[in-house]
Amino acid sequence: MKPNSSRRQFLKVSALSSGGLLLSFSFLNEVVMANPVEDAAFTPNGYIKISSDGSIVLMAPNPEIGQGVKTTLPIIIAEELCVDWKKIQVEFAPVDSKYGRQAAGGSGSVRGRYNELRNAGATAREMLVAAAAQTWNVPNTDCTAENGEVIHKASGRKLSYASLASKAATQEVPTKPILKDPKNFKYIGTRVNDVDAHKIATGQPLFGIDTRREGMLFAMVARSPAYGKTLGSVDDTAALKVNGVKKVIKLKNSVAVVAASTWAAKKGRDALVIQWNTTEKLENTSEHFASFKTMLEKGASSSARNDGDVDAAKQNATKILDVIYEIPALSHGQMEPLNFFADVRDGKVELYGPTQVPGQVKSDVSKQLGISEQNITINTPRQGGGFGRKLMTDNGVEAALISAAAKSPVQVQWTREDDMQNDFYRPAEMYRYRAALSKDNLLAWHQSGVGIGGGIRGDSYVAGALANYRSEGQGFKSNTPTGWWRAPGANTMAFVAESFMDEVCLELKKDPVAFRLELFEKARKEPVGRIGYDPVKYKSVVELVAKMSNWGTTPNGIYRGFATWFSFGSYAAQVVEIKMVNGKPKIIKVFCAVNCGRVINLSGAENQIQGAIVDGICHAMLPKVTFVNGAVAETNFHAYRLLRINDAPLDIEVKFVETEEAPTGLGEPGLPPIAPALANALYAATGKRIRKMPFAEQLG
Amino acid sequence: MPTYTLSVNNKKMSVEADADTPILWILRDSLNILGPKFGCGVAQCGACTIHLDGNAVRSCVVPVSAVANKKIVTIEGLSVAGDHPLQKAWEELDVAQCGYCQAGQIMSAAVLLKEKPNPTDKDIDNAMAGNICRCGTYLRIRKAIHLAAEKLNSK
Repeated sequence: MKPNSSRRQFLKVSALSSGGLLLSFSFLNEVVMANPVEDAAFTPNGYIKISSDGSIVLMAPNPEIGQGVKTTLPIIIAEELCVDWKKIQVEFAPVDSKYGRQAAGGSGSVRGRYNELRNAGATAREMLVAAAAQTWNVPNTDCTAENGEVIHKASGRKLSYASLASKAATQEVPTKPILKDPKNFKYIGTRVNDVDAHKIATGQPLFGIDTRREGMLFAMVARSPAYGKTLGSVDDTAALKVNGVKKVIKLKNSVAVVAASTWAAKKGRDALVIQWNTTEKLENTSEHFASFKTMLEKGASSSARNDGDVDAAKQNATKILDVIYEIPALSHGQMEPLNFFADVRDGKVELYGPTQVPGQVKSDVSKQLGISEQNITINTPRQGGGFGRKLMTDNGVEAALISAAAKSPVQVQWTREDDMQNDFYRPAEMYRYRAALSKDNLLAWHQSGVGIGGGIRGDSYVAGALANYRSEGQGFKSNTPTGWWRAPGANTMAFVAESFMDEVCLELKKDPVAFRLELFEKARKEPVGRIGYDPVKYKSVVELVAKMSNWGTTPNGIYRGFATWFSFGSYAAQVVEIKMVNGKPKIIKVFCAVNCGRVINLSGAENQIQGAIVDGICHAMLPKVTFVNGAVAETNFHAYRLLRINDAPLDIEVKFVETEEAPTGLGEPGLPPIAPALANALYAATGKRIRKMPFAEQLG
Repeated sequence: MPTYTLSVNNKKMSVEADADTPILWILRDSLNILGPKFGCGVAQCGACTIHLDGNAVRSCVVPVSAVANKKIVTIEGLSVAGDHPLQKAWEELDVAQCGYCQAGQIMSAAVLLKEKPNPTDKDIDNAMAGNICRCGTYLRIRKAIHLAAEKLNSK
């Protein structure tokens, strides 16, 4: 095998310790050759391994948190590679800078990798085709790839990818591989089951919590019982007497108990006698909301957008709507409580556990331990939910610190109570919404928000569709930490803006669907200022959901609500149908239309949207986080209530707008519209406008 | 520490443990049976559901001292080949998202189907209300239980 030095792109080849051949796709102008072996694996890039024994492994490069990317990303590769999906295996790719952004967040995995993975598959396919053509001494163009074989149609000859693997590795890397015509897609757009479906149904150990290693110890950590308190004196006498407890380790603001089992670690942790000192204000949710209210009454500090003349429009109005909406803090409540495995010994670190940002954990651990990143390996298992909690690196860093101090491999396990008290919460917020109305028109829209952290956007509709529009926000300082929670920003803005829009429609006696279509048409024809959405795509989902639900005809005894929202590149519109049973809503059906570009996996996509709707109903209706003197009052699921099957909708019908455009986000965009759709349906049913989450508390 | 002899998935096993240790942690840490999952520790989420003498129980709140002479079945022991109709239905309908709660869901559903081979949606909602799925796969769970019932009844 000789490299062709005239190539514009080069192969980077090195020997695997197992004797196979690792061939990695490199854009670097260098060629590193190793001795090829007879049984060569074909690895044209970090995503594909084809072995001479017939096995084909595709790599999933991003963390799997339930959003389905361990399945979806390999489907994209398989499509262009032309392999039989049933015969491939999927592995998580190692965490390595060559894979780019290996994170799960912002609904970005598929939209960020679609072109890259198609190219990866097509590159390998063309090299396999070239290898076959060379073998048969025929032009490449006479050969086609199908189901893991290259076929020479004229002669009927076939060669499997396995038999072509080593020769494929010697082919020139195509600079611009020809991608398939989407008309010929075999897997993309079809229903493909999760690659781990069998392992999940049979309870196999797939998760971080299931990590078991030789000599591993278990740890639990006593962390501050309230925000505003810091570690004082520690008496570990009783803890060290607990059966199985090995060590007590004092960290900066917490104490770890390392033991032979999880239960021993917990008993030891609970036996610690710790003096926590109050060093900052112990905050209360009730005071947060009182402050928000005062701040909103005083007026805005920063403007995100100010179109036209809102004040003049108010002067001309026949009616001003002026209302307050309230949003509580939320915890992430992912089903798998946080945990992490770390093994820090002899200047080397091995990390394994649930995180949405493995690269960031690696970098943070490197800084904390003073060990260079080259000496740190990190991998992520399948994860029991993410929802944004694991965009923070605290669980991984803490495990590394404990392992370093214990000089032992350690799994740190959090309890649910630990998760509840040590989260980065969806921030509590309060909004004041005002609309200036004439007899039959919306003259101006004025939204003000205040929240912990703060910030408000000015790029979501009705901005762009209205001459007079103002959006302004204020930040509130708190020592209760905040973070990203599924569809950050959108999950609260959609509730407030789309509920308020319903209020406006009712005042104007406009049909909620028709009025929004009118606004999108205005934004399309004569946009006011910069618009951060595509009004045509917005219309596509509103029109589709209206058609699906036969909008305008309401079945007997059923009340309906409508809402739509754009987030993470995708558009969702929803109609919810409820019945009132003993004063409580029973959700009969939800219709949802989505425009998310091309759908890769219909089964996974539908599951994401249905799940996001259930998740959105759950968090609109039930849970909230309340700080009382810095401590979270809702310590576990008995008080932090999540939706159960008996309150889930009976049916959720999902349709995707058919489009040739590249995929956009899918893990988050299904969630934002459901809370306002439900609030609007509740108004239709009861005449009571719900302007506060959670809804259930207000339904009596 | 006292020694306990347990029957887990039709095997006799012996463990040394404090009497108050929840059977969940015996299974996971002492016996390396990792199917039952820890979710809340207070019998609220159902991720740890196992069968104890044929009943669905939350193993996070049952101490090891209470299970002597009782038959424990975990997801690993639900079927020999991983092909219980519920497991097959779960796969066929692609129920899971993150998958963390699903072993517990299947264990609860297995008891339901033993008691009610043809459950209605309402039966399912009643029997499964102790199992939380944060990903919101409840609609597919309902469908999968109906499908498994069909499979069982056509056997």
